[in-house]
Amino acid sequence: MRHRITLLPLILSLAACRQDMHNQPRYKPLAGTGFFGDGRSARPSPEGTVARGELHIDKARYTGKVDGNDVTAFPFPITRADVSRGQQRFNIYCSPCHSRLGDGNGMIVRRGFRQAANYNTDKLRNAPVGHFFDVITNGFGAMPSYASRIPPDDRWRIVAYIRVLQFSQNAKLEDAPPAERQELEAMPVTPSPAPSPTPQKEVSR
Amino acid sequence: MAQIFHRSANSLANITIAAVILGIGGLLWASYRIDQGSFITEVGIARQQPVPFSHKHHVTDDGIDCRYCHTSVEVSPFAGLPPTETCMSCHSQIWTNAEMLEPVRASYRTGQSIEWTRVYDLPDFVYFNHSIHINKGVGCSTCHGRVDLMPLTYKANTLYMQWCVECHRNPAKYVRPREEVFNMTYQAPGNQMELGRRLVAEYKVQSLTDCVTCHR
Ligand code: HEC
Ligand code: HEC
Ligand code: HEC
Ligand code: HEC
Ligand code: HEC
Ligand code: HEC
Repeated sequence: MRHRITLLPLILSLAACRQDMHNQPRYKPLAGTGFFGDGRSARPSPEGTVARGELHIDKARYTGKVDGNDVTAFPFPITRADVSRGQQRFNIYCSPCHSRLGDGNGMIVRRGFRQAANYNTDKLRNAPVGHFFDVITNGFGAMPSYASRIPPDDRWRIVAYIRVLQFSQNAKLEDAPPAERQELEAMPVTPSPAPSPTPQKEVSR
Repeated sequence: MAQIFHRSANSLANITIAAVILGIGGLLWASYRIDQGSFITEVGIARQQPVPFSHKHHVTDDGIDCRYCHTSVEVSPFAGLPPTETCMSCHSQIWTNAEMLEPVRASYRTGQSIEWTRVYDLPDFVYFNHSIHINKGVGCSTCHGRVDLMPLTYKANTLYMQWCVECHRNPAKYVRPREEVFNMTYQAPGNQMELGRRLVAEYKVQSLTDCVTCHR
């Protein structure tokens, strides 16, 4: 019996092991650490190194610029799937401020953010695609950079969708394919929406 | 020879047996209830955060998509919590004087990350992966509840093994069309089983119940 009693501490110490397995001494994503001065376990890459998949040689594709000028053509062919993807990404990252129509009156602007740009101005209709890429990558005025959240190819897809918005917001009935034109003509005429309460100011900088 | 036990001992014995069985049963039941209750599982208990961040305001009132902040949820195991820069993409301009946002501004000034209190935390011996669930049509609200209605985030499910496995045995009960994954107001239709079976075939959803799926 005495021998069995000596087992008791052993058994109790087993219970302590459980916590070790629950919280193992390894870093989970975003976990803090006392080891590095800045407290981050995710280390920034050392200067002069290139991570896998980050070797961006094609300047046009990854900066939207060639010799300091905005490129005027998409660096890869845009398919319907690319435009749909662009629409989805636009609605996630841009519509809070620019609204789903791209008129610059998104919800955050209505809550007091600086008036965002309306894409349906001559200035932006005539802007080269590289300019939009550059705005997403580096930000523009009060608008922050989205480079850390939107990978380069998705930025191009968003630009493609902005072109769609610019087209659709000015489209005439004749621009619709015949089948859809019939459908549109059958629809009751709704009065055109009242002009937005905060008219787009000229975005000049 | 005189009787040792009084006659009533018969019923006493019976009562004792019944009481012991009921007592043990009751104890088991009580401990089960405690184990499943929110004291242990923390389900339904809102967490205090360094900044009283409200999903209700940001998601429901302002219409911001989950992915604006939880950027990596579709492509990686980890959903990701937004860095201070993400908060500042809006709060550089709005609510700039709000006292409760001071920790955010301080973090932006000093580069020190905000330390959020974890709401969901699996033991480290369990492997979990967001991207596969999202891509096979499991909605955020199936696991996290109506986050869009939470002023402070709380746990909506236990994350116990039986909870994971219950779905893994028969995913058809829960899967929804992929485009509805981020829709917080999605309601399972009346013919969920029918729809579920069709989606399971379409998305090639497997029933993964091997231990090594989650313990690797
Ligand atoms: C937090 C709000 C906000 C979000 C989100 C946002 N923008 Fe902007 N954007 C602005 C504001 C504000 C301006 C006007 C900048 C200024 O005048 O300071 C602007 C301006 C622009 C311009 C006009 C630049 C010019 O040449 O006039 C473009 C193009 C643009 N944004 C594209 C985008 C795209 C694409 C996205 C999504 C990836 C996006 N924005 C997301 C706030 C935002
Ligand atoms: C404006 C940014 C933002 C948006 C949009 C957002 N979240 Fe969050 N989320 C946060 C922050 C910050 C935290 C950490 C603080 C907390 O737990 O409340 C968090 C925490 C969470 C957590 C708990 C994480 C944990 O274990 O600690 C879940 C679950 C979650 N969010 C789900 C969602 C879902 C689902 C959506 C879309 C409906 C969403 N979030 C939209 C910023 C955001
Ligand atoms: C896309 C823009 C946007 C982003 C990103 C954003 N917020 Fe907000 N936030 C708002 C708006 C708009 C309000 C005003 C709330 C309202 O009136 O609906 C607000 C309000 C708040 C408030 C005030 C209390 C409340 O909920 O009304 C806090 C605290 C807050 N945000 C914290 C954060 C934190 C922390 C982050 C980063 C994880 C963040 N916000 C990111 C737009 C944003
Ligand atoms: C199958 C169930 C499930 C689904 C679906 C799900 N989550 Fe999670 N989520 C979890 C679990 C489990 C954890 C805890 C992970 C851990 O502790 O390692 C978690 C953790 C999180 C966290 C904390 C950070 C992290 O990654 O650990 C956030 C934020 C989050 N989820 C957001 C979301 C969003 C947004 C969606 C919808 C796109 C979503 N989740 C869908 C189960 C789920
Ligand atoms: C509501 C349903 C549901 C819940 C709850 C759920 N899962 Fe899953 N899980 C799925 C589906 C569907 C798949 C995809 C199966 C396939 O590969 O087709 C999956 C796949 C997985 C995988 C495989 C990932 C890979 O890369 O092989 C892991 C690991 C996993 N789940 C862990 C968990 C854990 C841990 C929990 C509990 C915290 C959980 N799941 C809860 C539905 C669910
Ligand atoms: C779908 C994912 C999943 C599968 C499959 C799975 N588990 Fe688990 N298991 C979990 C989770 C999640 C936990 C953590 C529960 C908790 O938080 O207490 C867990 C915990 C455990 C624990 C530890 C319990 C504790 O309290 O420490 C054991 C032992 C275990 N599992 C064994 C198994 C065995 C054996 C199998 C195969 C028959 C298996 N698991 C399959 C998800 C899974």
